[in-house]
Amino acid sequence: MISRRDFLQVGMAASALYGTSGFGNWARLAAQQALTQDQLLEFDTFGNVSLIHVTDIHAQLKPIYFREPEINLGIGDANGQMPHVTGADFRKAYGIEDGSPSAYAMTYNDFSSLAQAYGKVGGLDRVSTVINSIRAARPDALLLDGGDTWHGSYTCFQTEGQDMVNVMNALKPDAMTFHWEFTLGSERVNELVESLPYAALGQNIFDAEWDEPAELFKPYKFFERGGVKVAVIGQAFPYMPIANPRWMFPEYSFGIRDENMQAMVDEVRSMGAELVVALSHNGFDVDKKMATRVKGIDVILSGHTHDALPEPVQVEQTYIIASGSNGKFVSRIDLDVRDGRMMGIKHKLIPIFSDVIAPDPVITKVIDEQRAPYEAELSEVIGKTDTLLYRRGNFNGSWDDLICDALINEREADIAMSPGVRWGPSILPGQEITREDIWNVTSMSYGEAYRTEMTGEFIHTILEDVGDNLFNPDPYYQQGGDMVRIGGMGYKIDVSKPQGERISEMTLLKTGEAIDPSKTYVVAGWASVNEGTEGPQIWDVVENHIKKQGTVKLDPNNSVQVVGA
Amino acid sequence: MTFTRRDALALGLGATAVAMLPMRASAAADEAIAAFTGGAEVGSGDITLTAPEIAENGNTVPVSVDAPGAASIILLAAGNPTPGVATFNFGPAAGAQSASTRIRLAGTQDVVAVAKMADGSFIQASSTVKVTIGGCGG
Repeated sequence: MISRRDFLQVGMAASALYGTSGFGNWARLAAQQALTQDQLLEFDTFGNVSLIHVTDIHAQLKPIYFREPEINLGIGDANGQMPHVTGADFRKAYGIEDGSPSAYAMTYNDFSSLAQAYGKVGGLDRVSTVINSIRAARPDALLLDGGDTWHGSYTCFQTEGQDMVNVMNALKPDAMTFHWEFTLGSERVNELVESLPYAALGQNIFDAEWDEPAELFKPYKFFERGGVKVAVIGQAFPYMPIANPRWMFPEYSFGIRDENMQAMVDEVRSMGAELVVALSHNGFDVDKKMATRVKGIDVILSGHTHDALPEPVQVEQTYIIASGSNGKFVSRIDLDVRDGRMMGIKHKLIPIFSDVIAPDPVITKVIDEQRAPYEAELSEVIGKTDTLLYRRGNFNGSWDDLICDALINEREADIAMSPGVRWGPSILPGQEITREDIWNVTSMSYGEAYRTEMTGEFIHTILEDVGDNLFNPDPYYQQGGDMVRIGGMGYKIDVSKPQGERISEMTLLKTGEAIDPSKTYVVAGWASVNEGTEGPQIWDVVENHIKKQGTVKLDPNNSVQVVGA
Repeated sequence: MTFTRRDALALGLGATAVAMLPMRASAAADEAIAAFTGGAEVGSGDITLTAPEIAENGNTVPVSVDAPGAASIILLAAGNPTPGVATFNFGPAAGAQSASTRIRLAGTQDVVAVAKMADGSFIQASSTVKVTIGGCGG
């Protein structure tokens, strides 16, 4: 189990002062702190305004394991820049020791063994304890939720997001922005948003018919905190109608709309805002670019790409904070705002070590109430795994290898496709796989597993298209997911090439033959954005497959050859 | 193409003729620009073209253009089989030299706007709009 000393090295996170932000400060500053357990929740309160950022929780109410990516390539200007640094390079950049709790929390190496030592992460009752401790020091701290909250679990699916709304309401956020929430369908989203006791923000949420700001979602909200006028501007995920099914929310239009963001910043500044915070679901690279194009944002709380960074990234006069996903981290940001401007920032990325941070019993009770009606279904053991199951990474993850195997076997297909989403917790070797675990990596409102015929040429087009959504050198043309996962087929990708030239050497694995552009192949997949997609739900397909396997054992996947990185 | 009220409002600002040009590909776009400018040099200046980076629906992409002081603006979808989208002419009584419309894009391409200024000079702006079958969000 985790030792007090190990734990505290993680707990003491960044305190990069204004203008001194840079690689290496994090561990050095951490090492300067005395290592006592009380200091996990202690923070030398700074300035006059505190922000608490949670994002991309994906309905993970309970502690989970979550392996960070091994491959997270940055293209163009992003090459080698945070957050496109992983593993040993990441640890070196921040001065993190191999095998330390920080290494476990923020990098992928030795994940299975470190997970045994340090235990699970997350759990909203633990998150609540952290929030309570921040509020004890700064009662008027703003709690801001970056979205992707009402999606991603069995209970969230069954209750259409109500479980998450109930638990989040108990945490008392001040504002929220959105992405996967819209896949509940616009009627349900509208209903839930109308019920919220806090602000639902998105300056880029527009009425599709009139191309005017949507009435239900306000662009910003003012707060008076510590004598400071704070404006929080929301930025929803820009590419919802492309990355997710447009037919589920046809009334809404999104986009980056940075000219409107600038107009909103100018508007709140003219109304006296002394601190401007963007609560964003853009994704990290899009936020970095937006910080160069929109002037006057002090802090961007970044979501969508699930990056966890222990120090803010400074872009011109804007500080960008990345707070991870799946309830694994909470960011605290203390700001010194005087004379109408931000003079200082102090930040801490707090990893939620579930075995170390005591759960808040009030929230535990609320969580248990949400889960109680479904406990029997959730806890049913479907199988076991000998292989670490994880998802994050640009090209493949063992969870998706398993899902693709399930699609090929259960749907009798040549080739399988699984979407490159970034949510979904990990399962350790030796662990049982419950129904809840399967739903945690598959649950969605358009989970039908289709079976169709595609020509080799069309499969190539899909890979080129998705590849460009990930590897276009201009972040504004990216969508923030990972590459579509392919089962039954190998390929080579040159990430440095333009669209249409990245993908080559497509090979049907079962025969070793090259994919013929004019030949037709049977393809099974799930999460199609097309209306009227038919097929069994993906979680049932995967459950049937795992039941037949009994114990899951996967070979390493070497079917994608990556060059040009 | 459906004509929405917003289109009508945009046209109400002073725009008139819609010119469909029966030409192909970007050579056709270059020709259309040459026809509009009479071969004069096209510079850059105070012209703003607003279009989404990625189209939510390639069949109806909202585009707006604003060029204070323009006498007319030609809008082109450079990669469409027929690049010409519209020519907006602004009379002396027009309060603002801006227009909005929705266009259909055959695929990822540049949308180009060229404005003829009151002094007879030409300025241009362009924006790449990506039309994609979509990917997967985080």
